[in-house]
Amino acid sequence: MSLYLLCLSLFLIGLYCVLRKRNIIKIIVGIIICEYAVNLFFVLVAYKIGGRSPIHSPEQAIENMVDALPQAVVLTSIVIGLATTALLIGIAMRIYQKYGTFDITKIRELNG
Amino acid sequence: MSREHDKGMSVIVKTITRLTVGLIFLYGIHILSHGHVSPGGGFAGGIIVALSFVHLMLAYGKDVALEKLPRGVTSLFEGMGAIIFLSIALIGFTSGYFFINFLAKGEPFRLFSAGIIPLCNIAIGLKVGAGLFAIFVALVLLKFDTESKENKK
Amino acid sequence: MTQTTALNIIPLFVVIPLTGSFLISILGRRFKALPDLLGFFATLGSLLAAIAAVWAINSYGTLVYSVGAWKAPIGIAMVLDGLSVFMLVVVNLIASAVCVFSINYMEHYTSKWKFYTLFLLMVAGMNGVVITGDIFNLFVFLEIASVASYALVAFGTEKHELEAAFKYAVMGTVASLFILLGIVFLYSFTSTLNMADMASVLAGGKSANIILMVSVLFLMGFGFKSALVPFHAWLPDAHPSAPAPISAMLSGVLIKSLGIYALIRIFYNIFGITAEISSILMFLGALSMVIGVFLAIGQWDLKRLLAYHSISQIGYVILGLGLGTPLGILGGLFHLFNHSVFKSLLFLNSGAIEYETGTRQLKEMGGLIHKMPVTGTTNLIASMAIAGIPPFNGFFSKLIIIIAVVQAQRYGYAFWAVLASVLTLASFLKVMKYAFFGELKKKWEKIQGVPAFMKISMISLAIICVIGGVLIIPTAREMFLDRAVDVISNGSNYASVVLKAIM
Repeated sequence: MSLYLLCLSLFLIGLYCVLRKRNIIKIIVGIIICEYAVNLFFVLVAYKIGGRSPIHSPEQAIENMVDALPQAVVLTSIVIGLATTALLIGIAMRIYQKYGTFDITKIRELNG
Repeated sequence: MSREHDKGMSVIVKTITRLTVGLIFLYGIHILSHGHVSPGGGFAGGIIVALSFVHLMLAYGKDVALEKLPRGVTSLFEGMGAIIFLSIALIGFTSGYFFINFLAKGEPFRLFSAGIIPLCNIAIGLKVGAGLFAIFVALVLLKFDTESKENKK
Repeated sequence: MTQTTALNIIPLFVVIPLTGSFLISILGRRFKALPDLLGFFATLGSLLAAIAAVWAINSYGTLVYSVGAWKAPIGIAMVLDGLSVFMLVVVNLIASAVCVFSINYMEHYTSKWKFYTLFLLMVAGMNGVVITGDIFNLFVFLEIASVASYALVAFGTEKHELEAAFKYAVMGTVASLFILLGIVFLYSFTSTLNMADMASVLAGGKSANIILMVSVLFLMGFGFKSALVPFHAWLPDAHPSAPAPISAMLSGVLIKSLGIYALIRIFYNIFGITAEISSILMFLGALSMVIGVFLAIGQWDLKRLLAYHSISQIGYVILGLGLGTPLGILGGLFHLFNHSVFKSLLFLNSGAIEYETGTRQLKEMGGLIHKMPVTGTTNLIASMAIAGIPPFNGFFSKLIIIIAVVQAQRYGYAFWAVLASVLTLASFLKVMKYAFFGELKKKWEKIQGVPAFMKISMISLAIICVIGGVLIIPTAREMFLDRAVDVISNGSNYASVVLKAIM
């Protein structure tokens, strides 16, 4: 249970970072923290006490493995995270090129 | 940024890089090709292959790395990876289903086993390796562009 | 066409746009005409496949395709039912019209092939979201479409585009994380990712608490994607900043296939609708409807005005769908179809104006109908349709929604719907007056007409606006709209229908 709560607090730290920080790079870091909290939570959900990693090898019998599906799924979600992060950093660098600052309070030409 | 920095780091770093970069590349290929029998696979292998080129670029500067792997070739590899993956999936139609494993499965835990999965891993490795290196190059070159503009000012 | 052939159509919706996208990314740089051709044929091919799919579900009912011959609870299933087919037709119709438009419009941007690569990737993502029967697969396709759309919003790489894209990307990523968190909770409770299987597990056990928790997460996540009012802040920045064809795609189909479709599929088919969720959806719908139109009426930037109207019209769709009666669902879905047609037409028109004059400010335009008769006429048709003037398609769908709301004795919502419709009319009268009628300004005297492909695309969408009303004639309705209404109004049957269709 305490592990789940740690996961939740990690997610909230990330969310705080996204909502509260003014530097674009810190916002991106916040998003990455959030993402890893969710991925960690997904892997933890599949864990069972005393289970071994879900790798099929010739020496060992298939017994007492943890659930393998979330691990495969989390890998996909990490790849998606990589794509999003790369895009965000690209946009952030372009913003720096145009505005000359990373401070979001100074980047306010639109008011949606 | 000065000219010397473009040409890379110190002699120590360059020498170590020259010795290790081939090993890193080969390790990536190993992870990539044994994805179906041990942990690893296309994504992890592709990342390691890309990192070997990133390593080269950090040590020797962008010109040397881009000479080894020009941007056009990178994007060609990336597209090829995707196309190969998609065509493996499409060939499955000849056996009745999209993405069906139409090759012989072979014996477990051998290199040539598991049907189409090693082929898919190779395609994914191409795509990821080229893609990650392309992202790195794009971000670094964008930075160089900005700095050269600022220097002109 | 036998059932096997009909089944083999299903993966094509993802395969065709993806193949087009990757081929363009390899070859597009060398052959200049190739991106246009491949883009056009890929979207046209998907449209033809969607029309074939309409025929297929009318002959064989719900079809389930097992990818890689792995049967559904284990493998990934692709489900083709009435609602999917309806969305597929909408997405691919707009995509092909937009593709024809871009042939001329994208000339003044550099590197057209990058545009087409991202565009087809986005279409593949949307088709995938609609066709899949697996909830994690839905998330993956949703991210493909979203990431492509973030990049497309930033396509111009000017100050405004980048700022809007950054805002959109940050908010969109956080929304996606909420969706992923909801999926994690669902998986931990049901131990399956297949949506039909999940629905049958949730229907069986004590699942009220987990459904409540996940409902909130999904309402936030998909609410962001469909720009319902408390979550709408990104839309008025992101949609105007994109190039006009992309604005048309974003407003026309992206918020619907990623937001509304997923919301409806999950709440009606997996959880089973409850009175609370229904009233929350109706309230959010009415709120979006009214606030959107009030914010729109004061805008002087044409594309920004249209973007606020998207929020307002999405409110109508959600109001109709949230009502839950068959008539309300029919109205909501029909309005969804109509809105994608006329809103993309309006955005394409604004693109045509920008292409010729280079401005989006209404105060700088004036009398443009003398120089751009085709754009003026199509804009008039689309404005009448969005405001709900009788012969056009928007009238019928709004009428059905309002009748359904009155039948359910929700007179307050009916009043707000009528009010929003009147305000919509007022704001589009403003657009027509300032942009097209009146005296032609001196500086616009030299502009020529719009290029041919842009005209073709706008005229064909305008024709659909005019004749769109035929879809509620009984025979056409039974084939197309009623199939989709059935899926939603008998939402709890989804699990049994899909699990039976897996052979």
